[in-house]
Amino acid sequence: MSSTDSQTNTSKEDNKESSPKPAAEKPAPPKPAAEKPAPPKPEEALPAFEKELTDRIVNQFADDVEVGYVKENRTRINVKKEKILDVAKFIKDQTPFDHAESVSGVDFPEDKEIEVVYHLGSYTDNRYSKQILALSTRAPREEIPNPGNDSTKLPSLRDVFYSVEFHERECFEMFGVYFDGHPDNRRLLLPEDWADIPPLRKDFRNKGR
Amino acid sequence: MTEQIPTDHTEQLPPGLQLEKVDDRIMTLNVGPQHPGSGHMRIIVKIDGDYIVDADPDPGYVHRGEEKMAEVRNYLLNIPHLERPVIHDSCNILYPYVLGVEDIVGIEVPERAKYVRVIAAELNRCVYIQYWLAIYGIFLGHSTMFMWPAGDRELMIDLLEKMTGARVTHSYFIPGGVRNDIPANFEDVCLRQVNYFEKRIKEYADIFYDNPILKARTEDTGVLSSQDAIRLGTTGSVLRASGIDYDVRVKEPYDVYEELDVHTNVLKDGDSYARSKIPWLDMFESCNIIRQALEKMPKSGSVRTKLRPNPKGVGNNEVYKRVESGRGAAGMHIISNGKPEPYRVKISPGSFRNLIALPYLLKGEKLGNMPAVYWSLNYWPVEADR
Repeated sequence: MSSTDSQTNTSKEDNKESSPKPAAEKPAPPKPAAEKPAPPKPEEALPAFEKELTDRIVNQFADDVEVGYVKENRTRINVKKEKILDVAKFIKDQTPFDHAESVSGVDFPEDKEIEVVYHLGSYTDNRYSKQILALSTRAPREEIPNPGNDSTKLPSLRDVFYSVEFHERECFEMFGVYFDGHPDNRRLLLPEDWADIPPLRKDFRNKGR
Repeated sequence: MTEQIPTDHTEQLPPGLQLEKVDDRIMTLNVGPQHPGSGHMRIIVKIDGDYIVDADPDPGYVHRGEEKMAEVRNYLLNIPHLERPVIHDSCNILYPYVLGVEDIVGIEVPERAKYVRVIAAELNRCVYIQYWLAIYGIFLGHSTMFMWPAGDRELMIDLLEKMTGARVTHSYFIPGGVRNDIPANFEDVCLRQVNYFEKRIKEYADIFYDNPILKARTEDTGVLSSQDAIRLGTTGSVLRASGIDYDVRVKEPYDVYEELDVHTNVLKDGDSYARSKIPWLDMFESCNIIRQALEKMPKSGSVRTKLRPNPKGVGNNEVYKRVESGRGAAGMHIISNGKPEPYRVKISPGSFRNLIALPYLLKGEKLGNMPAVYWSLNYWPVEADR
């Protein structure tokens, strides 16, 4: 019993890992389906669903967006910062994604850029309830940050996805990314007298490390 | 009041950073951060007479920089400190991290370990909800409701102590399974205590949920419509109290939740009463899940796949994993760049996501209703601050 279970698990894992690449060669592997028809079928069907979702966005915006990855239940779209508002509006209006689960900033000092990733989810559509769409964009990063007054600025998605309000405030204080059009660009977690660089940037050192 | 916030590196403050001037008629009141009715958090409320005009939550008093700490420790050393944000629910807050690291380092989990994890996570959910419920009782001046859950919670803590060796901060989940196997006679003890626990929490209906005073204080206060619950991106009990059927355990099952029969509790009212009732109903559901898991769990076998020492991520990889914690969906965004330490760990806990509903719900409420609305959001300040 347990040995067969572990075998099905390994086949699942393998499919998961190889799923991003072979979207084109999807009809190829019917072999596992012959042995065990039940488990692999939904695994194969799912990446097609995600592929179709990213295709809709790519068709609309052509060169302004690129697909980061297409995995099972997870897709990622990288957008130029000039187009982020348009893409977000398109996603809000044309797809069932209705709220933001998380907004992560990621610092890339080598690229001189700061990335902001919006993880969007859907409560309204049952077919999309598993899906998380990561919408990412990059802002220029300056060596000496001056939050709010330097070039590290992005358009705020708060008017499109209301739920990003506090997440964007957190991103502003932790990375110094100023969100243009955010109604309440104040600090959230950091103390008011914090006078160092934004602490989640890579050049901020933990004390004693 | 018009004094600017002192910062060294900014000469001109960006719009919105200055403190604003308020009307003479309106009084600003700081609730917290040391007030017992707010937890480790300040709520700046503006009141006109007895009515709240505006509320501005000011979290961050227990911000510990968990995300920054995670960037300098390796995947295993991160485990003990990442569960600190909410020690009463330490298994569930660690769950997405462990699932994500398993994806990143490429390791499989034995079947038995998955069941053990589900049992530990559900026990921990009960521990958290009991603690939350106890505080909700004392917030509303119902001190018996503080004593009962605080006492009954010991049943679950006792079980978790048998499993993990620690009362609250277990550090039990590790990538590849759980740290140690459960004791030999655990299943019988667990079944007996869970059944007794269920009998105990049934009595809360008589003393608390059917209590006319509680109903008078919580019904029709802080009503959140289902459209607004979606728009604000709330999660967990807040979402389900507003009529949205969404539970990560059902919608995107992880580990063995797929094989278990999980029922989602949904109420339509969206008021503080419904929000306080959902976690209580969830505890019955947790008891059901534990019983199912005990029955279906393989009786023997490994509970841990050995990890390489100092495991490294496989190339540039990123995962976003989420689980249903006691306060709603807890998500973790982990980015690896092939080093033993994660490049970035972003925690998106349920408390932080539900906080946005607080100013929205408090507007127009009476000040006396504030504790009832605030704590019904299932908010844990330490988790939101990370």
